Amino acid sequence: MSAALDAVRALKARWPGATDRATLDHPAVNVPASDLLAVLRSLKEEHGFDVLEDVSGVDWGVGSSPRFTVVYHVLSTTGHDYVRVAADCADAGAPEVPSAAALWPGADWHEREAYDMYGIRFTGHPDLRRILMWDGYPHFPLRKDFPLSGVPTELPDAEVVAETKTGAIAAPMAGGPFVASPGGINMTEAEPRAKDESWTERHPKPGT
Amino acid sequence: MVSANTDLTYNSKIEGDVIVSRADAVINWIRSSSMWPMPMGLACCAIELMAVAASRFDIARFGAEVMRFSPKQSDVMIVSGTVTYKMSSAVRRIYDQMAEPKWVIAMGACASTGGMYRSYAVLQGVDRILPVDVYVSGCPPRPEALLDALVKLQEKVKREPSASKLLSA
Repeated sequence: MSAALDAVRALKARWPGATDRATLDHPAVNVPASDLLAVLRSLKEEHGFDVLEDVSGVDWGVGSSPRFTVVYHVLSTTGHDYVRVAADCADAGAPEVPSAAALWPGADWHEREAYDMYGIRFTGHPDLRRILMWDGYPHFPLRKDFPLSGVPTELPDAEVVAETKTGAIAAPMAGGPFVASPGGINMTEAEPRAKDESWTERHPKPGT
Repeated sequence: MVSANTDLTYNSKIEGDVIVSRADAVINWIRSSSMWPMPMGLACCAIELMAVAASRFDIARFGAEVMRFSPKQSDVMIVSGTVTYKMSSAVRRIYDQMAEPKWVIAMGACASTGGMYRSYAVLQGVDRILPVDVYVSGCPPRPEALLDALVKLQEKVKREPSASKLLSA
């Protein structure tokens, strides 16, 4: 019996809200956001899962309930096994989970990234700023209601904007996204090409 | 009678210490023969840029003697790589700190047009914030392509009316 399965069994016995999560690899468990920090602390301090590998977010789509889920992967360097912990955010409008940065300092930047991309607030985080997009960027780019090409936005530096009179634009997609799938063609000719080649920047999309 | 003079070059004993030429020719010769690059290496194109500077391709042969990491000491900014919107204001500010005259080479697909990054985060071509003189295609371009871009830029500089620009400035 692996350390991870033992740990998940112990977690489910101690927190009745914890349930099995569908998984194809490592043992996984869903926990309520209110129990999240206690579960992670127990994994770290009682079950030896000493490394936080990743914190990531999931957007299940506009109108889904729950809309946002936060997923943690923890690794035991002594048991050589992973456990996946997922917590749903109750409020789709202002998603919020407690921060794990006090348990693992490495959670700091992972949580900043999840905040930057999904707008999930980690309460108790020491420095919850954007990490990839610039401060003041008004959108959360990995949300399902955000278009792949982006939306027109002011650039952060007012002096540069005044000089160049430019800003972030919606990128021209020209039939993209671009794929390198060979399909029926010769692999040596399999350059990345647009999925929908019926239109380009010069010829508008049919039916629009 | 065939002249006995076999000198093929300038002979100061015969002609004195005076050379007659056009100001444009002299100024442009000086400028185009010592274009020091500002390496704005932002992504994988920067690896090819390093190859261009190293011994096999050796951009110093063409007068771009040495990469200068200070904008004050450089003449041509080689934007090699993906320019994100977050980085774009830094790129523009470094360009602003370069002394005139200055030129820009957009190296590779990303710097020229945004390349494959049709994305919310990537500047769709560095010509949206800088006046680009030469675009280099490729992802990344071969080092020879960048050498060709430098030669093309030198040809462009040699056509500039530098003297009248200096006098009117």
